[in-house]
Amino acid sequence: MATFVFLYFAAVIVMAASLVVLVRNPIYSALSLLVMFFHVAGLYVTLHAEFLAAIQIIVYAGAILVLYLFVVMLLNVKREEQFNRQGPVALFLGVVLLTEAVLLTVSRGFTVGAPEPGREGAAVGNTESIGEVLYSTYLFPFEIASLILLVAMIGAVILSKKGIMESK
Amino acid sequence: MVGGLDLFLDYLAKYSPIVVFIILAAGFGIVTLVLSYLVQPKYPEDEKLSVYECGSEPFSDSRMPFPVRYYVIAMLFVIFDIEVIFLYPWAVTFDQLGVIGLIEMMIFIGLFVVAYVYAWRKGALEWD
Repeated sequence: MATFVFLYFAAVIVMAASLVVLVRNPIYSALSLLVMFFHVAGLYVTLHAEFLAAIQIIVYAGAILVLYLFVVMLLNVKREEQFNRQGPVALFLGVVLLTEAVLLTVSRGFTVGAPEPGREGAAVGNTESIGEVLYSTYLFPFEIASLILLVAMIGAVILSKKGIMESK
Repeated sequence: MVGGLDLFLDYLAKYSPIVVFIILAAGFGIVTLVLSYLVQPKYPEDEKLSVYECGSEPFSDSRMPFPVRYYVIAMLFVIFDIEVIFLYPWAVTFDQLGVIGLIEMMIFIGLFVVAYVYAWRKGALEWD
């Protein structure tokens, strides 16, 4: 049963991810990405990572996808236009990633089915155990994250400032 | 994997309300669309099928580029959304982290205040 649920999520993820690159209309591919995000969240739930699943829906499906949609509408991409001149680069990266995936599955022993769920913190909840580790052992990466977000915001403001000034 | 199966069934019991919600939400959309398609009278005419824009002929393509401000707002939303996400595990374990946890979070939020002040001063929050 667990394997069946895993196979459902994995199949929908693969199909939705393929649609993202196969569909001509960029809005449709963004919505296909939304379906993929939700099913990845479902996969996280089966791995007992509830906090990650909630974040997957709040941040990826809620915020990042809106950002993608705005960018698509901002660029005003027409359905007929094609951007497939990066073919050789994509082919190269695809081959590298495929080799990596094959090597990883071969070296770890290939099995079809649900991955082993992580350690279940029976006494404390998922969010609590993340909090305990994040704010003690992984304190430095946590503070670095805020710095990265600061850089991201400055970059966004600088990149778009020109456009705002022009339209004023 | 017997223990795993028990764990999984326990999970299924816990998540059944969410599954019911998803089925209801998807079902509502599908049933509404299918039912209205089945019961609607179909008398298509050229005038009916033409693009309607307050009675006048449409004078431009509806796919017009969005102003770049939407992107800035969405980017700010993503960044402060992630800030709030980091607050959740901190709030849950606040009593165990103590004063050090408070100082950590103050540094974290302090950097976000810098980002916020920067966006404000640069006029990224203003619309016109």
